[in-house]
Amino acid sequence: MIEILLDPFRYDFMIRSLITAFASGAMLSLLGPFTINRNMGFMADAMAHATLPIIAVGVFLGFSISELGVPAAILIAIFLGLIIKNTSVGEDTAIGIIFSSFFALGFVLISLLNVTVNLEDLLFGQILAVNISDVYIVVSLLILVILVTVIYFKQLLFYSFDPIGAEVKGLNTTFLNYLFLILLSTAIVGSLQTVGIILVLSMLIIPAAAAKLVTETFTVSIGVSVLFGTISSITGLYLSYFLNLPSGPSMSLVATTIFVFAFLSKKIRKKGSLATVTVS
Amino acid sequence: MDTKEVNSASTPLIISDGCCVHFGNIPALESVNFSINKGKKVAVVGPNGGGKSTLFNVLAGLIPLTEGSLTIEGKSPSEVKGKVSYVPQKDLINWNFPLSVKQVVEMGLTTRNSFALFSRNKVNEKIKKALEDVGLLEKINKSIKNLSGGQLQRVLIARALAQDSEILLLDEAFSAVDIGAQEDIMQLIDNINLDGKTILIATHDVNNLEEKFDEVLCLNKHCCAYGDPAEVLTSEVIEEMYGSHNSLLNNKTHFNNEGSGND
Repeated sequence: MIEILLDPFRYDFMIRSLITAFASGAMLSLLGPFTINRNMGFMADAMAHATLPIIAVGVFLGFSISELGVPAAILIAIFLGLIIKNTSVGEDTAIGIIFSSFFALGFVLISLLNVTVNLEDLLFGQILAVNISDVYIVVSLLILVILVTVIYFKQLLFYSFDPIGAEVKGLNTTFLNYLFLILLSTAIVGSLQTVGIILVLSMLIIPAAAAKLVTETFTVSIGVSVLFGTISSITGLYLSYFLNLPSGPSMSLVATTIFVFAFLSKKIRKKGSLATVTVS
Repeated sequence: MDTKEVNSASTPLIISDGCCVHFGNIPALESVNFSINKGKKVAVVGPNGGGKSTLFNVLAGLIPLTEGSLTIEGKSPSEVKGKVSYVPQKDLINWNFPLSVKQVVEMGLTTRNSFALFSRNKVNEKIKKALEDVGLLEKINKSIKNLSGGQLQRVLIARALAQDSEILLLDEAFSAVDIGAQEDIMQLIDNINLDGKTILIATHDVNNLEEKFDEVLCLNKHCCAYGDPAEVLTSEVIEEMYGSHNSLLNNKTHFNNEGSGND
């Protein structure tokens, strides 16, 4: 068993991939509980899709996707935040417009600029292609996301739970709003090579949703979400290695399997507690 | 005359002088005048859209005035943030978050300089004291999703108590809670009021206000009346707020129909 687990470590590319998978899984699932409880899944999906034009221009100018990470994340977060705040068409509609139009713009730019990117890798991830500088960048982003989340945890929690109360209390709610958008955007852009534009949402949402099903409080759900997220990404990578499957979809499906088990376990526990009540 | 009466008689805390708020061209509050003394327990009544929440938002420093002035101890609300604690309407809070009772109460102690992940002993003591005051200390580590509507309201009041501010604003504190819970909350508010805090509660229930509150502020975009509920809740004032719906008041309420007092 140990031999099987250690087998991928014979290859440098697998070591790089495992580190990147762990970092991506951890940072996405760390922010996942905030995202699902604030109903920001659609916003996160729009963020992922809005990266496409930036990637097109960045790759055209000679940057790698991970090098584009932080600047692209800040640009997307501020842009989305401003549009949503200042539009009168409603948040969902504004996100929908940005989502589809930016995705379309990305494809047009890729074609116009004749950028050589593998679209399938971009959409579904290609973790096996990460180089050592990508690893450094993604790990740095993980450390950054953890640090900022820990430092601002109480303020982010207050703002997410009761934005009006937070403002009355004197918290800088505009700053907190953009801070979270930038954190989320950073985690998403930093994970694009791991799971791709389409599947990044699965690693953000699914571990958090599974954790919410099996935990009672928010703080515990964050820890469990990170556990589920990292298990999903590492297990998915192993499956992809041994069964020759695409890595991004494998991670996504492992996360889904965990969610199904969490869902069933909650159902069974609920039935059990109802039966106990009936008997007593 | 007890200490509370001396304080309340002598110290105006909140003064609204021609306070106006417009959202675009739509008036939400027009020329509202009142003066609330320290330590008073005030009911703010009026129809939906009458400006109760807008007034609370102004008091909390959330929205600016279009005209006039509103001061708390002589300063604008945005200058005295922290002196006011606000329990907003329940539907403005994101109840999706399965927070613990302790986490919610701790928000009353959270400032823009709160960077530590774990709470200090002093903070924990304040949280416990606030929860003890609202009778929910045993629920400190429970998730708020397991609490009843009345208990949730008491947790939010504990959050305001932990903040230890002078003014407490409760927007629709009695909505979506049963009569028993309403009585518990009112009892709790009475206790807080005895500690000298000034309390404003927006409510739709105009019955028996004179038994529960020192003063009533009647709003329908403008100030229809302000003062002792037994004196100012006349049929004219009720009609000015709600139209001809005097049946809103049950026969226990003694409003000055003919200026004949409250017998």
